[in-house]
Order: sequence, then C-alpha cells, then structure tokens
Amino acid sequence: MQEFEVPRHPSQTVLDVVTYIQRHLDPTLAYRFACRVGMCGSCAMTVNGVPRWTCRTHVDKVIRNDRMEISPLKNLPVIRDLVTDMREFFDKWHRAEGEFSGAKSRRDEFEKVVPQSENRKMADAGIECIGCGVCYAACDVVAWNPDYLGPAALNRAWTLVKDVRDEKTLERLRAVAGDAGCHSCHTHMSCTERCPKHISPTAGIAGLKREVAKLVLQGKF
Amino acid sequence: MREKTETVLWIAQRASAAVLALCVAAHLATIIYAVQGGLSAAEILGRTRGNGAWLLFYATFVVAVAIHAPIGLRTVLGEWLGWRGPSRDLALAAFAAVLLWMGMRAVLAVFR
Repeated sequence: MQEFEVPRHPSQTVLDVVTYIQRHLDPTLAYRFACRVGMCGSCAMTVNGVPRWTCRTHVDKVIRNDRMEISPLKNLPVIRDLVTDMREFFDKWHRAEGEFSGAKSRRDEFEKVVPQSENRKMADAGIECIGCGVCYAACDVVAWNPDYLGPAALNRAWTLVKDVRDEKTLERLRAVAGDAGCHSCHTHMSCTERCPKHISPTAGIAGLKREVAKLVLQGKF
Repeated sequence: MREKTETVLWIAQRASAAVLALCVAAHLATIIYAVQGGLSAAEILGRTRGNGAWLLFYATFVVAVAIHAPIGLRTVLGEWLGWRGPSRDLALAAFAAVLLWMGMRAVLAVFR
C-alpha cells in the first residue's frame, strides 16, 4: 500500500485521481482505462472496498475523512498495481456457451423478434453488459469457488437462452448447470447491487435455475 | 451427468425447504399452544402414542431435515473448506443416514 496526496477539484473522478498520481507523483503506476465516459468498462477498480467504474465515480461521493483507498478488482489475478488479468473472467463467458449461435444464414429472411414478447423483454434486461468485471469482483461465490462462472457469464448465457434466434439452448443450459454454474449462486445480490449498468444478473441466474430444473423434471437433461 | 445430479440436489433442497417451512411453523405453533397450561411427560405421551397423524407429520419432518441439512452442509464444506468430490458426498450420505436414524428413533420412541 502506497500513500499519495492529490489536490481536490470540483467534479473530480477517482480516475482523475489515479491519472494525477501517474502523471505527477509516480510514473510507474500501472492502471487501465480507455473511454473515460462509462462506455468501455476498462477502468473498474476497488474504491474503499467497493468495485466501481473509476471514471464514473466522483471523489465527493466516496471520500471519507479526506482519504480514499484504491486497489485492483478482487477475484482476479493482479498483473501490476491496479491492473488485473481478465482472461479467466472472459474464458468463463466461453465456458458458459456465451457465443450467439443462430441457424440462419444471410440468405434467409430476417427473424421476426417481437420487442414486447416476454422472452425478448427478459433478454433486453440483461444485454447492456459491457464486461467490466465489477459484478465478478463483487461476488462472494467467485471468491469461495474459483470454478464458479460468475454473474457476467451467467447473465450472458441467460440473454442467449431468451433469444429466440439462438439454437444452442440445451447445450448452454447444460454448461451453466451444476456446482460451477447457476446452482452455486446464493442470491446475495452483490452483483445486482454493484452493476454500473443496473442489470440484475441475480434475476438471470434465477431464470437459469428455473429453466434447468424444468428440463431435469421433464427428463430432457 | 454431474450437472444433472447437482440440479436434482438443488431441487431436493428447495423442495425440502418448502416442506420444512410448513413443518417448523406447525411445530412451533403446536408447542406454544400445547404448553400454555403446563404439560407433563405423561400428558405428552398420552397424545402422541398411537396417533397416526402425529407420526406421519413428524416422520415427514425428519425426512425433510435429513434431505435438507446434508445438501446445505455440502455447499458449506465445498466453499469454506474446499472439500469436494466423492469423499465429501460419502461423508454427507452418512450424515443424512445418522439424521434419519436419530430422528426416526425419537419419533418412534414417543409413538409406540
């Protein structure tokens, strides 16, 4: 842990503080950012124990007694300083069958997706995820069970299960069932509490549990 | 196959929890109601001996406990101690058997 004194400014973000430290106090400081406006999801760090996008977090909102503790995201290996290795996080999206798999080619007619249909509404509730890893860092189950796919990968799987164009529902539900998947979720809802996009991975995970349970009870698993 | 087993265990724990919610509520309500005027051992046995409905209720209660507790403990052991695999499941099957045996022994002791 290193301590730095950084001058305060109006509307200063936590990312501004980190950038100031690197440019003026310690040029060796490693951190990751790109867009600075909450679109890319690369600047997530732990601020006073809570995972957040540093670019969208005002210092005024989080500072306590003129002090602030900034550390890398939890549940991910640290490469250096504030930079984590996101490989395992994204590998788990793959393990959760997180790729869209449609049956149609570009020569076929467009699939008609009714925006007001129940399936589409449920998928829409989860599709704005930008993969920042905040939910993954906030999740207790990831900390206890390193194989656990985590809220982001399961949320991704849920949006595809609810996508009428996707053809791999059964494989996907098989991939997300069990000890490393949706059934390990304890519904603590830390992911839902912390998601900067106000997505509820918990709701999607609960949906996956229901879908898998239905398949098992119907003997289709 | 493993996914199916995990899912079946998950369903079993939820279903047994639903049964327990009713059983525990009925159990507590009955205790509070029954002891109001004071209750002797003879009075308790007088009500439970040969009472088929009572036997069925508490036998259900015991079975639900023997299903619910080991599955929950299985998760705790996995997450807190990192104990997974067949040895954990074997130990918990034994634990379930002990719960079932002790519970049914107690139920039958006041029924017969």
